[in-house]
Amino acid sequence: MNDVKCECGHVNPHGTVLCEACGKELMIGTITDQLIDMRYEGSARRSQTYNKTIIDKIWNFFSSVKVGVWLIIITLVASSLGTILPQEMYIDLPADVYYEQEYGWFGKLYYQLGFNNLYGSWWYLILIAMIGISLVICSLDRVVPLYKALKAQRVTRHEGFLKRQRVFGVNDVVSESDLTVIKKQLKERHYHIREENGDVLAEKGRFSRWGPYVNHVGLIIFLFGGMLRFIPGMYVNEDLWVREGETAIVPETDGQFYLHNNKFILEHYDKNKDKTFEKAINKAGEVVKNYQSNVVLYKRVGQNLPGEKPNLKKIKDYKVRVNLPLQYEGYSVFQASFRNELNKMSFALTNKQTNISNGELTIDLRDPQMKYDLGKGYSVEILNYFPDFEFAKNGEPTTKSRIPNNPAFVFRMVTPDKPKGETSFVAIKQTIEPFGDNRYKMTFKGIETTNVSGFIVRKDSTLWAIILGGIIFMIGVIQGAYWNHRRIWIQNKNGQVWIAAHTNKNWYGLKREIEGVLADTKLSVPIDQAQIEENEKGGV
Amino acid sequence: MAAISSNLLFISFILYLVATLFFGGSIKDKKTGNEKEGTNRWGKIAVLLTIVGFISQLGYFITRWIAAGHAPVSNMFEFTTFFGMALVGAFIVIYFIYRTTLLGLFTMPVAILVIAYASMFPKDITPLIPALQSYWLHIHVTTAAIGEAILAISFAAGLIYLVKAIDQTKSSKQTFWLEMVMFALVAVLGFVAVSSIFSGMGYHEKFNWIDKHKNEAVVEYTMPAISGPHEGDLLTKGGFSPLFEVPAFINAKKLNTVIWSLMAGLVIYGLIRLILRKRIAAALKPIVKNIKLDFVDEISYRSVLIGFPVFTLGALIFAMIWAQMAWSRFWGWDPKEVWALITWLFYAAFLHLRLSKGWHGEKSAWLAVIGFVIIMFNLVAVNLVIAGLHSYAGS
Ligand code: HEM
Repeated sequence: MNDVKCECGHVNPHGTVLCEACGKELMIGTITDQLIDMRYEGSARRSQTYNKTIIDKIWNFFSSVKVGVWLIIITLVASSLGTILPQEMYIDLPADVYYEQEYGWFGKLYYQLGFNNLYGSWWYLILIAMIGISLVICSLDRVVPLYKALKAQRVTRHEGFLKRQRVFGVNDVVSESDLTVIKKQLKERHYHIREENGDVLAEKGRFSRWGPYVNHVGLIIFLFGGMLRFIPGMYVNEDLWVREGETAIVPETDGQFYLHNNKFILEHYDKNKDKTFEKAINKAGEVVKNYQSNVVLYKRVGQNLPGEKPNLKKIKDYKVRVNLPLQYEGYSVFQASFRNELNKMSFALTNKQTNISNGELTIDLRDPQMKYDLGKGYSVEILNYFPDFEFAKNGEPTTKSRIPNNPAFVFRMVTPDKPKGETSFVAIKQTIEPFGDNRYKMTFKGIETTNVSGFIVRKDSTLWAIILGGIIFMIGVIQGAYWNHRRIWIQNKNGQVWIAAHTNKNWYGLKREIEGVLADTKLSVPIDQAQIEENEKGGV
Repeated sequence: MAAISSNLLFISFILYLVATLFFGGSIKDKKTGNEKEGTNRWGKIAVLLTIVGFISQLGYFITRWIAAGHAPVSNMFEFTTFFGMALVGAFIVIYFIYRTTLLGLFTMPVAILVIAYASMFPKDITPLIPALQSYWLHIHVTTAAIGEAILAISFAAGLIYLVKAIDQTKSSKQTFWLEMVMFALVAVLGFVAVSSIFSGMGYHEKFNWIDKHKNEAVVEYTMPAISGPHEGDLLTKGGFSPLFEVPAFINAKKLNTVIWSLMAGLVIYGLIRLILRKRIAAALKPIVKNIKLDFVDEISYRSVLIGFPVFTLGALIFAMIWAQMAWSRFWGWDPKEVWALITWLFYAAFLHLRLSKGWHGEKSAWLAVIGFVIIMFNLVAVNLVIAGLHSYAGS
């Protein structure tokens, strides 16, 4: 496009408001206020220059801070809605039942609006995505022109530029010695000083101008990391239950890793030992001190042949505790929960009349045998087994799951006096004899339980992006928040010395600093023209 | 150790109270309170008392840490007390940047209220459940509290701005809302007053009631029941019978506390108005007459600038590191987390409006007030109301 040449000789890109080098107003009539708008140095931003094609319009939409702030506010309000009732992942009933049952019509409405899974809803993701797009576009729109303008700036500035700075003052006579004092004072305050034909530009903290862009880049990387999770394989999140004494394949590791659970440990605080906590424990009842699983991690060596026992090599012993996951090759195993499971059940085969036992049997509930031989012609067969028994709708016995929560058996009891056997259905606290009166029965003797540790196996290959994004974001905010960009111009115009100053934030601090710089000189302190404007408007 | 600890806390509380009086004196004394002249005698004493109080409270913190074996930031009492301490610390830092005692006069009462509020919760030293046994948790909680405290300074400065800038000669939306802020502060005082009075009396009454799953339960009130539990049956002889009953899904006991606090707040507020014969904000106006508006405006903004990165680090980044360790995921959309995110988004919006839309002065002061309301909401309501729905800390 048509570049614009300023009378100072600098060539500016199309759309520039203030000459990058001398600050002269290039677009006559754009500046109506008494003070000039110094944001982005009046540089040529794409969003302010073009507005014809669809692409221009989209670009301008997303580069607007107004739009950005609205997006942030809408996200904020939407997020708060999701905290009114618990989200779906925190409830333990089906969502279509839970909300109405617990919260009546309001709960039902909440569920119908889809707020039960608000943070995973398409519209919430779109909001986040729009913030992401806005971050990219608004930053690109500004950072490049700003960088160019700050790089091209010259020491000597146009009169109009100086006059219409917010902090501005004129001195008629200035001695050389005063100028030396000022320069020394500025240097002490870490200003970088440039001089050109007796004009001075003192500048510091320019790098803080990049802070917002650095932090936006950090946010973009963070959001990108969040998106990576949708790629298969980047994110593994599996539950794994392992009983004490057993070994299980670690899921999603191609059968490479095996985890053996030696022991699960649950400890409570003891108010006699932990005296400090006595009162609190008395109030709360039992307080858990530790959940721990002592495990061994194995790796398979060689090929896995179906049907054959894998060849395992021990990698390490570890005590998995809450907050102390087992970590290996990018996988982490977290202690997530535990349960106590029925393991074995014992019965005695008894004669109903005499109550004499003719031998006992112990059934391994996860691996019951077909037949238990008790000797002397007594034996018991298991005709059917329901680990998690219930009656189905049609009245037939079935099992809900393969976990022995509520075991039930159909036994055939073979005895010398009933060689064909008697059939008996035995479940916890109930016995049914389908073919009439039996002579023998299975007397319940006892149970054994084992602990089952619940682990979460996690591999998160997106963490690097999250961490990197977080670090860059922090660097960026600190850069932008703990420093600011200040410039002071001291220039000869019309035989006078003009002082003008600009900062991107904290004007009060800048004014105090100038007062300090000028304290030992005869120069008068420049005034804050914005303050005067406000006072004239009848403000306070 | 635990006894030394509570004594130190008590001492610091008294010192803060006295310091507030001196801050008041430093303003009344002639025409100072402005930046340039430097701090007068009263002001110097006030700052000294504040610092000594702060050190004493630091002593409380350290001794309690030793007694408990973990950093004392793991229940409502400990966390809120720490927040109060951070508020005082943040004020001391900002004071040494801007040297205005007026800020102390507005910050210290807030800190005192926060600490008083904290001490209404059970003060027992609690053991840590496994999920909380992580030094990342302690780093997270303390940094977040410090960040929030610095952000709260912007509220105090914003309040000064509003008291000075808002025209009190006629009533308007602004005077109404500013007075609401004042009333909210008084209502906290009301809560502290009724809680102390009834616990001093040892008040107790028990109810049988039916919860939302239609089970019978027992609830013990420590204040006379204005709002009774669902199908409540008073068990205590001579107990106060409720004026009305609430449905089962509302926590009647907490609602009752809120009602009492608001009533006490109204009474105290009424008395203050009776004495002052004008709005509280109007009565405060002479105190702020010497301060420059752009000066407090900058303090307010600067506090947000300093506090925002600290808050991000503490409330989001460290929180994510801890959550990753304890629950295997760095983010779980738990209400407490979401409200930290909301707070963060809000202050991000604040900074954008200020830097790019030129929202300074009064608009910026209102935003600082709203920000503080959000922080307090997260501290109070999310802990006591929302998080009550599912246990936050239970793993
Ligand atoms: C959650 C999201 C965001 C965060 C946390 C964030 C953070 C920040 C911070 C901390 C600053 C510096 C402010 C100051 O120093 O006072 C800033 C500046 C800025 N942000 Fe954002 N931002 C976010 C989203 C956006 C979006 C969506 C836009 C798009 C319009 C945007 C546009 C800007 C602009 C234009 C600046 C000013 C740059 C300058 O004038 O030098 N930001 N942002």
